[in-house]
Amino acid sequence: MKKEIPLAITFLTGLIIVVTFFIPHQPLGTMQQRLLIWYSIVLGFTMLLGVDSLLRSNLKRLVGRTPGWPYAAVLLAGFAFTLAAGIYNWATTRSLLTLGSPFMFVYTFVIVPLQATMFAVLAFFIASAAYRAFRARTLEATLLLVTAAIVMIGRVPVGAELWDKLPVLADWIMEVPQMAAKRGIVIGVALGTIAMSLRVILGLERTYLS
Amino acid sequence: MNRIALGAIALVLTAGLAGAAPEAPPAAPPGEASAAGLTAVDTPNDEGRSITVTWARSPRDIGDAAVFKGYQILRADHADGPFAEVGFVIGGKTEFRDNVAEGAAHWYRVRAVAGSDSSETGTAGPVRASAQWFDAGRSNVLIVTVLLAFLMIWYIERAKKGEELFIRKIHGLDAIDEAVGRSTELGKPVLFSFGLGEIKDIVTVAALSILRQVAVRCAQHGTELLVPNWDPLVMAAAQETIQQAYSEPGRPDLYKEGNVSFLTSDQFGYAAGVDGMMIRQKPGAVFFMGYFYAEALLMSETGHSVGAIQIAGTTAVTQLPFFIASCDYTLIGEEMLAASCYLKRDPQLLGSIKGEDFVKAILIVGFAALAVVGTAGALLAGAGRPWLSGVFQAIIQWFVTA
Repeated sequence: MKKEIPLAITFLTGLIIVVTFFIPHQPLGTMQQRLLIWYSIVLGFTMLLGVDSLLRSNLKRLVGRTPGWPYAAVLLAGFAFTLAAGIYNWATTRSLLTLGSPFMFVYTFVIVPLQATMFAVLAFFIASAAYRAFRARTLEATLLLVTAAIVMIGRVPVGAELWDKLPVLADWIMEVPQMAAKRGIVIGVALGTIAMSLRVILGLERTYLS
Repeated sequence: MNRIALGAIALVLTAGLAGAAPEAPPAAPPGEASAAGLTAVDTPNDEGRSITVTWARSPRDIGDAAVFKGYQILRADHADGPFAEVGFVIGGKTEFRDNVAEGAAHWYRVRAVAGSDSSETGTAGPVRASAQWFDAGRSNVLIVTVLLAFLMIWYIERAKKGEELFIRKIHGLDAIDEAVGRSTELGKPVLFSFGLGEIKDIVTVAALSILRQVAVRCAQHGTELLVPNWDPLVMAAAQETIQQAYSEPGRPDLYKEGNVSFLTSDQFGYAAGVDGMMIRQKPGAVFFMGYFYAEALLMSETGHSVGAIQIAGTTAVTQLPFFIASCDYTLIGEEMLAASCYLKRDPQLLGSIKGEDFVKAILIVGFAALAVVGTAGALLAGAGRPWLSGVFQAIIQWFVTA
């Protein structure tokens, strides 16, 4: 029964979703939206699971003085401070988004710059990954190098200065061979998704049940 | 799922079709702002809660907001009024969907507003909103799904009868043993990331089957497995999967709940957390399986810098080039979704892959045939015979999901 009940729930839920996709009449028409709302509610509660996991694993690291424990200390202190700032904000202004408040201070001057920093690092990682990918050691890598060079130079003003057909060639590469390959992958993914969904609904695919 | 499928098919089929830009109507004499050609119909293929009102563009609606303000949509419950405004749309638009109760009769008028001038159309009605039991606009999705389901079941039945089904090698999946083995030899942990996929994403479900295989191998070799999570629901599913996988070779004692933990639901916070784990714990093997966004390269380049053997798999087309550049093996798109079938080698599961391949073959032949029809249609249309082009357009239109 440990597997039969979840399989039955999956089959019924999957069937409802598939059927309601084709039937707009009430009460089936809005069933999909209703199930998504249920999912969002469940998701909200699971955030507590996440916070519990985060705090427990970091507390354990801190108490046990395992390698990297200072990071756990910083995380716990940051969590406590942000939570306290949020509660203070709510208690004093009935809002979390009051400008100039401690909570918004944490958001504006800690979280946003940290996010921007991580995103900015991407530029360097793209350069290092591109360097490796474009080394012309094989025929495929050479083709990649030549194509990438045409697209990159063709998409900046100097490309048109060098040769006026370069932007046209770059656009052609992006719109024809690149798009064809991308759409091939997307069609494969779409069919794979339908097949996988059918396997899950029919109970053939059970890995998610552990 | 079906929308993705048909959306993709429609994308391919509509490639190369050049739509003629709508021409602006000629300028009208001042003072004339009427919107004629009024129709009000029950919105097709809906739940019976709306009426679609359409009208012809006013001659003064020439794209200048200073001259022409827009259209007021007026509704009444009786033919002789009173009519009240239920909506306003800006110039250039000629359709309005009015949300109403099912079954009640309504009458409509449209007032074109041009500065101080305004004029109304005649009355359209009565019209009642009614619900449909079948969305005819999605019959294309139904046909593809039924065809795929039929072929899957047919091949599954053949597989059950003992027929040998061939599935090509997927190197990324074959390399799982090699990656975990290398980690074991180096005495380093294995790291597995689902990216930013949610449990409702089918690719995350596929990633769970790969995690299971990785966890079984880790348990067999006694290698530590780290799974930092972005989504608490995925974390719960991963914990269950790993616990079960560790029991398979009889090593449930090796499971540590703290190793399968939640990090954060912030994209770059998650990337920073995973990067930190990689820098500090230097895993021997890293698996990126699931749905990824901009954090893909941040994490995979860090994994490369610590010398880990990296296997990635995603259906996110935009992130595939980054994984291919920075990882040792990459499962591209559908390979990821075939993982559970490939790893289990269960004839029933392999049968479903065969059915999928058959549909793919049908689509390839169909696309090639349509390319020929489309090209011939365009050539014939140029010679004054547009019938084939019409057939081509009708087929394309059928593929477009409502």
